[in-house]
Amino acid sequence: MAGSSDLKEIFFVEADELLSALEEGLRAIQTGVQESDTVNAVFRAVHSIKGGAGAFNLKALVGFAHRFETVLDELRSGRLAPEPPLLNALLHASDHLADMVSACRQGLETNAEADERIIMALEAQAGGTGSSADEGFTFEPLPMDGNFGFSFGALPPAGRSVAVHFRPHASAFASGHDPSLLLRDLCGLGEATVEMDMAHLPAAGAFDPGQSYLSWKITLVTQCADRDIRQIFEFIETSCDLLLEDQGDVAGNAPDPVATAPKPAPSLAMPASAPAAGAAVTRPTAPDTRTTVSAPPSAAPTPSTATLTQQATGAATSASSGPRATIRVDIDRVDRLVDILGELVIHQAMLTEAIEQSPGFGSVEVDRSLDQLRQLSRQIQESVMAIRAQPVKPLFDRMHRIVREASMAAGKSCRLVTEGEATEVDKTIIERLADPLTHMIRNSVDHGIEKAERREAAGKPVEGVIRMSAAHRSGRIVLTIQDDGAGIDREKVRQVAIDKGLIAPNAELSPQEIDALLFLPGFSTASQVSSLSGRGVGMDVVRSEITGLGGRVGISSVRGQGTTLTISLPLTLAVLDGMVFEAAGQTLVLPVSTIIETLRPDAAMRHNIGHSDSVLDVRGRCLPLIDVGTALGFRTHLGPGEGEIVVVVERGDDGATALMVDGIRDQRQVVIKGLEANYGQIPGIAAATVLGDGSVALILDPSDLAASVAASVRSPLQLAAE
Amino acid sequence: MSLRVLAVDDSLTMREMLRITLTEAGFNVILAEDGVDALTQLPGLDPDLILTDLNMPRMDGFGLIDAVRKGDIYARVPILILTTESAATLKERARNAGATGWITKPFDEVSLVSTIRRVAAM
Amino acid sequence: MRSSGYATDPDIRELVAFRTAGQDFCIDILSVREIRGWSRPALLPHAPSYVQGVINLRGAVVPILDLARRLGLDSIEDTDRNVIIVAAIQSRIVGLLVEAVTDILGVPAAGVQPTPDLASETARNMLRGVVVQDSRLIRLLDVGQLLPQTDDVAA
Repeated sequence: MAGSSDLKEIFFVEADELLSALEEGLRAIQTGVQESDTVNAVFRAVHSIKGGAGAFNLKALVGFAHRFETVLDELRSGRLAPEPPLLNALLHASDHLADMVSACRQGLETNAEADERIIMALEAQAGGTGSSADEGFTFEPLPMDGNFGFSFGALPPAGRSVAVHFRPHASAFASGHDPSLLLRDLCGLGEATVEMDMAHLPAAGAFDPGQSYLSWKITLVTQCADRDIRQIFEFIETSCDLLLEDQGDVAGNAPDPVATAPKPAPSLAMPASAPAAGAAVTRPTAPDTRTTVSAPPSAAPTPSTATLTQQATGAATSASSGPRATIRVDIDRVDRLVDILGELVIHQAMLTEAIEQSPGFGSVEVDRSLDQLRQLSRQIQESVMAIRAQPVKPLFDRMHRIVREASMAAGKSCRLVTEGEATEVDKTIIERLADPLTHMIRNSVDHGIEKAERREAAGKPVEGVIRMSAAHRSGRIVLTIQDDGAGIDREKVRQVAIDKGLIAPNAELSPQEIDALLFLPGFSTASQVSSLSGRGVGMDVVRSEITGLGGRVGISSVRGQGTTLTISLPLTLAVLDGMVFEAAGQTLVLPVSTIIETLRPDAAMRHNIGHSDSVLDVRGRCLPLIDVGTALGFRTHLGPGEGEIVVVVERGDDGATALMVDGIRDQRQVVIKGLEANYGQIPGIAAATVLGDGSVALILDPSDLAASVAASVRSPLQLAAE
Repeated sequence: MSLRVLAVDDSLTMREMLRITLTEAGFNVILAEDGVDALTQLPGLDPDLILTDLNMPRMDGFGLIDAVRKGDIYARVPILILTTESAATLKERARNAGATGWITKPFDEVSLVSTIRRVAAM
Repeated sequence: MRSSGYATDPDIRELVAFRTAGQDFCIDILSVREIRGWSRPALLPHAPSYVQGVINLRGAVVPILDLARRLGLDSIEDTDRNVIIVAAIQSRIVGLLVEAVTDILGVPAAGVQPTPDLASETARNMLRGVVVQDSRLIRLLDVGQLLPQTDDVAA
């Protein structure tokens, strides 16, 4: 059908949402939630996936979902109790269902053996409510496109003759039935002659439109069985008198009247699969009291009370598909908008610069207009960014499964607790966070949380807890992953680093520096032997992925109490508020969000340590002092009048650094332009931007700059860079 | 004038599928996410037919049929059930609640459309 | 620029010839995006000496390579008369700083000869061969070799 692939995409998007709801519901039940709403939602999720899968003829998915749903139905009805083993099996099945959906999305076959094994395990856990041979399962998916299995118009030739006596009750009209339609259907089964009995019709004054006065006798020459005839009346049979009278075949056999009372409908009956009306109906001629079905009696007219105004409201309502007014937009269109917005910001800067240099500068009107332009462009920017922003919840939800699988494989007991799931982040950032977060979580389970015996020995609960949180903090988003494990074994880390030649055996490292060794390429402790973390990636890859997003990652650990990983990320990848400054003849930008203060220190505040390091005493706090021009390799020493202004910036690890610059130009919005596409990553540099005069300025990453300076001056980390 | 069909299903996929299929068939389609949504939209809607799923949050198909049949207006609108279920007990229940007919998912477009035409007869 | 009549002949390669550090070079016209005047680039920290910096090319940030330096020759003087050949190399866009573009050549496949031994080791690695035209020896560059081989400076 037209748009079938779009529909399929809608199905997969919806299936993802349903899978999250399913998993979330199961987890809630696991924590003791017993509300029927939760169980119902879980059931409905699987049910809806089955329904959608059926529409696209995804047979394996339908089969699995059906059996899954059968077990959930037992849970819903209370015949099964939510015991931990059953819940584990349900979660396992839910994980597998997610895999199956993802395979189908990629057009792959699912692993039939695994499908069967996992659903059987669930059914075994459910105590043999297994439904692989469920007689009620008559699900025969019909593809949405292609040919249909039945043909119209080729009705059987005349066979036996049946007299159908039909008298609807008044209640039939209350269920929306219209006798004429049933009669028309009946005519579709063969050659029909319809007689209407109006004997009970009252005088006009006594006529009650809610009552039923008419009955019919239809003589049908058909090859259909009684069952097929009854099928037509399936939904009305408790609201009518129906009598079938076999009059033998048309050749004239002795009549053999069979008068059966209405029975419950056969379970296979489906009006939809009955031949359609209007197809090769043989119309009888209508002498005397006989009437054709095309002139239905109006015994129970449908109320037609709608006024014109009501119609109008109806038409208006029809435009909406529900209470929430949302639209789905191709992400490319939003990205195009972001690109154009970037150009707008650049040209706004160019315009401002041009006006400032023109003779008319200083006019109040121009000034006011420029100011409004700035505000408007900022508002557009915020709106566009809001379109791209999404809550981190789906990302967090995925991590529950990672914890489950990792702890199962490692033979540990772990629980994931999440906070701040509603925190919104740019869509691209969320997408690119999935891999590093997965790895960090696996790492926490593998290397952070101890085995049960060790936890018990340490007086901790057997179950390890990993806390993952998200929050907005000073214009950035901060994610933390905190485990209550053993903490980093610094002596061991140090030894590994020495063995691998990452540091000199006599190197003196602070605890923070030892922790940072974990991020070095080539460093990994036990990950090689573990089946989990050992996917060929180490924490160095995590770090480079995070820095690739303009973020930073830090680690801290308390022996015996656990380890905390902190990721700090920009809210958007498109625009930032920057402070434009000069150093060593170059124009550079600092993200305003990192700046604590700007000052012009006097000599007394400066102290030298050793022969190259110096610190700045800011109100009693000693901060490392770095000349930006020197750190970037643009100069080797300060000339007169250079480096006299100091910008104090914060680092990712809560520390601060004092940066020496030559002069500050102004503060403005800058568009972020990546350097990776055409060049590569540069230590200390987050990205580049284009200024109002069309020239390029680099945007500093102060934390990374401070770290790279520290590394090149005294830390062993430089060994790794070679 | 084209037939007005109120289609009620909690699955976005199904709603989209119904919207496309029924619109292509020339119906005027109004969509609702569940029973509550359907009832909210119903006043003034004057549908020729309601097509509803059974298993839905907030108010399921049975609840919707019941509410429509007990309501002041449109109490006699034909209501078709569109569901993956095919259990006889459910059909019995639907019939008692006042459903006009039953269509099993997955539906094929032609028979869905012809069933609607038949039941909602212009 | 591509209006040359050679284009219809599949055996003829069109090459953009240019001069830098006193020598003649050329590259395949298919990798050339545009030729533009020099503008002062922003310096890149910790970059190899032949990377002059980056410029803004209609919103994209493009690195500028001093081709003479890249080939191990004497660096050219920065002047306004220098030009930048903007080339697409693999998936990247880079600017090649040269003294001047001299010609567009149509050369049959057989007209490209192997690189003679007289070139220096650095230069030879980056050449595909040479073209002799009007008694000039024009070196055909292998643009894929011009980018730094490990461009991600270790973090």
